[in-house]
Amino acid sequence: MGESIVITSGKGGVGKTTTTANIGTALALMDQKVCLIDTDIGLRNLDVVLGLENRIIFNLIDVIEGRCKLQSALVKDKRFDCLHLLPAAQTSDKNEVTPEALSDLIEQLKPDYDYILIDSPAGIEQGYKNAVAGADKAIVVSTPEKSSIRDADRIIGLLEQEGLSDPPFLIVNRIRKHMVDSGDMLNVDEIVSTLSIELLGIILDDEDVIRASHHGEPVAFQPNTKASISYRNIARRILGESVPLMSLEDDKGFVTKVKKLLGMK
Amino acid sequence: MGCTYMSEWNHFVTMKGTNHGIVVYLDDQCSFEQVLQELEEKLTSNTSSGNTEISIHSQYRYLTETQRQEIEEIIKHYNHLSIKSIDSYVMTREEAHDLFEKSTVKTVMKTIRSGQIHSVKGDALIIGDVNPGGTVEATGNIFVLGKLRGIAHAGIEGDVQCIVAASFMHPNQIRIANKISRAPDYDVEGSPREFAYVNPTTEQIELNQMQHLQKIRPNLLDVFERGL
Ligand SMILES: Nc1ncnc2c1ncn2[C@@H]1O[C@H](COP(=O)(O)OP(=O)(O)OP(=O)(O)O)[C@@H](O)[C@H]1O
Ligand SMILES: [Mg+2]
Repeated sequence: MGESIVITSGKGGVGKTTTTANIGTALALMDQKVCLIDTDIGLRNLDVVLGLENRIIFNLIDVIEGRCKLQSALVKDKRFDCLHLLPAAQTSDKNEVTPEALSDLIEQLKPDYDYILIDSPAGIEQGYKNAVAGADKAIVVSTPEKSSIRDADRIIGLLEQEGLSDPPFLIVNRIRKHMVDSGDMLNVDEIVSTLSIELLGIILDDEDVIRASHHGEPVAFQPNTKASISYRNIARRILGESVPLMSLEDDKGFVTKVKKLLGMK
Repeated sequence: MGCTYMSEWNHFVTMKGTNHGIVVYLDDQCSFEQVLQELEEKLTSNTSSGNTEISIHSQYRYLTETQRQEIEEIIKHYNHLSIKSIDSYVMTREEAHDLFEKSTVKTVMKTIRSGQIHSVKGDALIIGDVNPGGTVEATGNIFVLGKLRGIAHAGIEGDVQCIVAASFMHPNQIRIANKISRAPDYDVEGSPREFAYVNPTTEQIELNQMQHLQKIRPNLLDVFERGL
């Protein structure tokens, strides 16, 4: 029986879709059966980041409204047989989906997968509520900016009322080391201390990430760039391994420990 | 007949002079009209004219708000008299419940996050942080066993004696009763173990170190002393 994890943030553009694609890819690399669901109805782009745009025939709304079978809407990844995508609809709007419909759908998927990753839209309205409805666990993505952390905090507050099996986990994305060093960006310790949830991993702000998305091939697929290692470390932590944080290269303020996430599987 | 009537009548209101002014005891078995009548009678026949404070005690009679006003109305006619207090031995169930609520500490063990409002009757004890954008409000004091970085509003029903104390003080805003103070516009670091209170001289919210709390608010935990 698979586990469903929603990737959410509150604030837009902080890297939810990128994170979903890369964790999905990294888990698939480790032979996990993974289904990615894009719940950003009307603004779909998980398919683009994965380079699967041309293969889409049906979408989430088609399934929910009974126009096709669930199986036929799933798009198989180019690189991995065990990685599938359930794309969002481009034209409908969020209100055509209900939380109940989505959580039913996820229940149907669970027997066939190890992990179901749900890419959430920004905001705290209907789209967010749909995305969270079927989730067992949650990952909150935040950048080191104050506004992003504020919204992450708000989302964590809302997630705490959802009856998830664990408190949400945190990924800090787009860290710029030189800005942290010069005091123009919060460091990870400060962020973790404010949000007081478990840190699942950190991702540097890295052109490789953008480049890879541009070519429709998530960076996690690459053998050993910094970003791909970070994403694969996150996947290993999700699988329950205890992987120390890659230090931001001898940065003293950066000894935040990642605790064993044995509970994740 | 008339004679008996007079003598009973005389018992409905009893006045006693003390060092702190006059205490007026009202009979709690007769009708309220009888009390008012006799009160008026007694005050008119009272010869003293110096400014006097009177405390009224209605014993086991529960006074409604209108009845209190009627008493106040009578006293008002005598310029040299002022009411210090109106007391009794009784309160309604609601008042008792309210008093109980307001005299207890309400403890939670969690982070008050952005957008959340944690509101209590009585004193609020937060075991955890209050994050920027989060709000705690209490009719009494607020104690944060963690970082206060959001908004704390103590004494929301108007008690200026209330304080806000935190293990680490770095708030967006502190409000006590109807006073507001906010963090300065420049970056501040915040400081450990501080409390905020309304300084009676300046009538402003001021911060002070925790070790001075006992001196500034010796009756902090005694809710009756706070004049509920
Ligand atoms: N670690 C990173 N380094 C550099 N660029 C990044 C990184 N993570 C994400 N980005 C870029 O940031 C932009 C926004 O990312 P993404 O679309 O994943 O955000 P999102 O949270 O899904 O946005 P939305 O709220 O619109 O759904 C993209 O252009 C992406 O390539
Ligand atoms: Mg997105």
